Amino acid sequence: MKYLAFAAGVLTATATFADTPILTVYTYDSFVADWGPGPVIEKAFEETCGCDLQLVGVGDGATLLARIRLEGARSRADVVLGLDTSLMATANATGLFAPHVAEAEFTLPVPWDDPVFVPYDWGYFAFVHDRGIDAPTNFRDLADSDLKIIIQDPRSSTPGLGLLLWVKAAYGDAAPDVWAGLADNIVTVTKGWSEAYGLFLDGEADMVLSYTTSPAYHLIAENDAGKTAALFDEGHYLQIEVAAKLAGSDQPELAEKFLDFMLSPAFQMVIPTTNWMYPAVLPAAGLPDGFDTLIQPGKALLLAPSETTVLRDEALDEWLRELSR
Amino acid sequence: MAARTQPLTRWPGSFAAILVGILVLACLAAVLLRAEGGRGLGPSDWAAVRFTLVQAGLSALISVALAVPVARALARRRFAGRGALITLLGAPFILPVIIAVLGLLQVFGRSGWISQGLGWLGLEPVQIYGLHGVVLAHVFFNLPLATRLILQAWQEIPAERFRLAASLGAGPRAMWQLLEWPMLRQVLPGALALVFAICLTSFTVALTLGGGPKATTIELAIYQAFRFDFDLGRAALLSILQIVLTATAGFMALRFSVPATFGGGLDRLVRRWDGHTRRARIGDTVVIVLALGFLALPLLAVVLSGLAGIGDLPLSVFRAALVSVGVSALSTVVLLGLAIPMAVTVSLSRGGMVEMAGLLGLAASPLVLGIGLFVILNPWTDPVALALAVTALVNAVMALPFALRILVPRARQVVAQHGRLGVSLGMAGRAFLWRVMIPGMRAQIGFSAGLGAALSMGDLGVVMLFADPDHATLPLQIYRLMGAYRMEQAQGAALLLLVLSVGVFWALDRGGRWHAEA
Amino acid sequence: MLRLEDVKMANGTFRLAADLTVPAGQKIAVIGPSGAGKSTLIETIAGFLPVFGGRILWGDTDLTKVGPGQRPLAILFQDGNLFPHLSVADNVGLGLRPDGRLNRHQRDAVARAIARVGLDGLETRAPAALSGGQQSRAALARVLVQARPLLLLDEPFAALGPALKDEMLDLVSELVRETGASLLMVSHDPKDARRITDQVVVVMQGQVFKPQPTGALLDNPPEALKAYLGGGNS
Repeated sequence: MKYLAFAAGVLTATATFADTPILTVYTYDSFVADWGPGPVIEKAFEETCGCDLQLVGVGDGATLLARIRLEGARSRADVVLGLDTSLMATANATGLFAPHVAEAEFTLPVPWDDPVFVPYDWGYFAFVHDRGIDAPTNFRDLADSDLKIIIQDPRSSTPGLGLLLWVKAAYGDAAPDVWAGLADNIVTVTKGWSEAYGLFLDGEADMVLSYTTSPAYHLIAENDAGKTAALFDEGHYLQIEVAAKLAGSDQPELAEKFLDFMLSPAFQMVIPTTNWMYPAVLPAAGLPDGFDTLIQPGKALLLAPSETTVLRDEALDEWLRELSR
Repeated sequence: MAARTQPLTRWPGSFAAILVGILVLACLAAVLLRAEGGRGLGPSDWAAVRFTLVQAGLSALISVALAVPVARALARRRFAGRGALITLLGAPFILPVIIAVLGLLQVFGRSGWISQGLGWLGLEPVQIYGLHGVVLAHVFFNLPLATRLILQAWQEIPAERFRLAASLGAGPRAMWQLLEWPMLRQVLPGALALVFAICLTSFTVALTLGGGPKATTIELAIYQAFRFDFDLGRAALLSILQIVLTATAGFMALRFSVPATFGGGLDRLVRRWDGHTRRARIGDTVVIVLALGFLALPLLAVVLSGLAGIGDLPLSVFRAALVSVGVSALSTVVLLGLAIPMAVTVSLSRGGMVEMAGLLGLAASPLVLGIGLFVILNPWTDPVALALAVTALVNAVMALPFALRILVPRARQVVAQHGRLGVSLGMAGRAFLWRVMIPGMRAQIGFSAGLGAALSMGDLGVVMLFADPDHATLPLQIYRLMGAYRMEQAQGAALLLLVLSVGVFWALDRGGRWHAEA
Repeated sequence: MLRLEDVKMANGTFRLAADLTVPAGQKIAVIGPSGAGKSTLIETIAGFLPVFGGRILWGDTDLTKVGPGQRPLAILFQDGNLFPHLSVADNVGLGLRPDGRLNRHQRDAVARAIARVGLDGLETRAPAALSGGQQSRAALARVLVQARPLLLLDEPFAALGPALKDEMLDLVSELVRETGASLLMVSHDPKDARRITDQVVVVMQGQVFKPQPTGALLDNPPEALKAYLGGGNS
């Protein structure tokens, strides 16, 4: 009995020691940068949760998923924040994620009812350019022009994959034809968004694949109204960024609480000027000044997550074939 | 020859080589074991292998071919600022790839300085994107390294030999046959293999300057296998292929490099009696000016773009710089701890296996090393907690082949010159190591430490899986700034990194420069 | 007393055999045609080259398996007898402690040896800053502090002028007499042999011949050696 009492004592001691529960959230690296949403959100959540929120930044969205798959069921993560619609099906198929109960009035361009993944922000892919050029109004128009563009490689970059799916969603079987037309407009293909955008700012191309929200950064942070995005009449492909809790989490309630918090104004109002995306649940205060100057696509394109897995390999083969000629 | 008594033992170097071998092979094995079935290698992978071979082969040949006249010009000319120039020449090699690419494109790009100049003349801009662009960038990165290796070999020809050749009235042709060609035959295969191995794992440069998916390298295919397909088996297979290719290049280099024994000479200042003709003087000057222009203009572009942002760097950049200096110091210690014993072992015999082990670190894909270490560490501890140690270790292993190339020839010389005397005085072992070997290799140790420290400072290597958000290194921080539209700050931080890397290289290489200036 | 009992030596593909005794205090010249194996003999005795048969003995001690630094001998090579990065004093000090950590006693001994060879005042010089003769003296100072009972010379003075060489040989002769050491000296010049040695060992045709008195042998050399020694100016 004495022994048991001792053991119990030790257990309580441990429990007291670990009084503050820890919630581990894996996200992409730029989320946790000093100027990203991470620091503000961590502080705001810790004020209400009585917990220690640990944000762990890992590469980009796809690397994040690869890391979760590497760790498997024994992952330290309770929540993953930073996957997107093109990764959802693959992520879901791993069986590592658990359904959520979070609810909100989403302000997304498309209806949302996924049982596992909760959206927290979204944006449209678009070609960004300096004001003053004669911007094309669709891919065919772009292919016929002399404009030079820089794009990202779909194998190594999220926007690159977005563009692949954009062309596929807009043109279906005619996608190879579009790529063949674009081949002579493409200056180069980069590993990631940063390289492409950097080259564009250095003047290596007329347009770069990015987001409709990119000009807002230049306007708000740099007071430079000189950048805009080209509005394409076949519609713009949508990227919805999502979070989910892991089935193996040892803090399921806290994880659920975090997902709720993620949809609250405290989180959502930070998104536009740190992640430079649209909030998934628009706060009552609306969007910051400057976002009203952005182009508004008439049509949102999005392949169903179940379709993406099949179509992305097909689209990649077409892309490789047409651009390797 | 039967075992001649040697002043030092072989086992510490063999042990270090085995450690490196185990590290790389364990990482590969871990990745293979963790694989969940995949599709194996497809036609697109073989296309990547072909492109990789072509670009790496061309890059190696051209880098080394151009390095010979540059090294020769630097070996025979004495001018103010020569030492600074030699240090500066090292800078492209230690810049983070993405920054160097931006610098290159500011000079050679569609809207770069050269294209603008051509535009004023009413000519078309430079077409930089394509295989030639890839090769140009790789030459930019590797010409300085090849030049340093060859320059060092040039200076290790004892002054007495030049005196002898001069006394024989040897003209340029005879000088070439008597001294220069035998020296080059010894150093060129190793330099070629090294540059080839570096270019083999190129990814960002090849893709960006290659202009499209035609320029898919093996490393990109590995990245795709991991990130896009999560096909770990294919990632490991591709990495094995990379290692086999590097090993083949390494073996060929060992086979074809004919050790030239120039014998001993007292450490006199190298005085040269060749290259005094007007033609040689003009030729050397042209070569130096061209090389300087090619290497320094992109650096100048980096500096100019950095000046705008360097005044307004966030505190986090300076924190990251501190982390990077720490990682780089740790990495340098590990590097020397491995490289010096290995160089000693290689110098005592032909040491083929030890030298190959040295190449392994470079041959293995950094990504696969990262995944492997992650898989190995994850069951035991939080890999991210070890991020900085892992980064330092992997950086050291990757810098190992460079350090060996630099240390081995000199180690051979020291053993050949002083081994017998040391042994006859009973100095074998520790006393010989500390009193003769290490002082004798001081210049080369300084050079390799400087290179290792600077490489580690600029490397983004394995951080992808191991990034520790609270202890970001400077290259990661630069990448983050770029990823957050903060191009100006990123370029400012890149300038800081350039200054730090060149600074640490310069400080450690002082011994090396002492040798180079002699 | 050094004894080579049926020693079989090799250097590359070259083979050499020796059965030889060097009595204590004896001064012996090793002469023979170029390439006959004089250096092989010296390097084998010094322990740099392995022995393929027979034994090398010092008194009753078998040296065959003893490392070069542990043998009771000091050696000077044709070149490279000094470490270029160490001062004269440090080079000499190596003869006492290879790790260079000398105590006061030992430092005194080093100073005495440097003075004995006539290099006082040059202790801190680097070898490159010395003349050829001074370099030889520095190496001899080290031999002096090593105080080994056997001294091997593999033509260390070959590069010096005749007068300087004679000066060095005389210095060697004095040092050997003062310390009572035996001397085994490779030489190309019969005059050197006459100058300081009592006996001559001829190395020729893969054989090391038994020692013979210097004067008698050189006055009346065997046929095969005549060609090497050249016209009768010896």
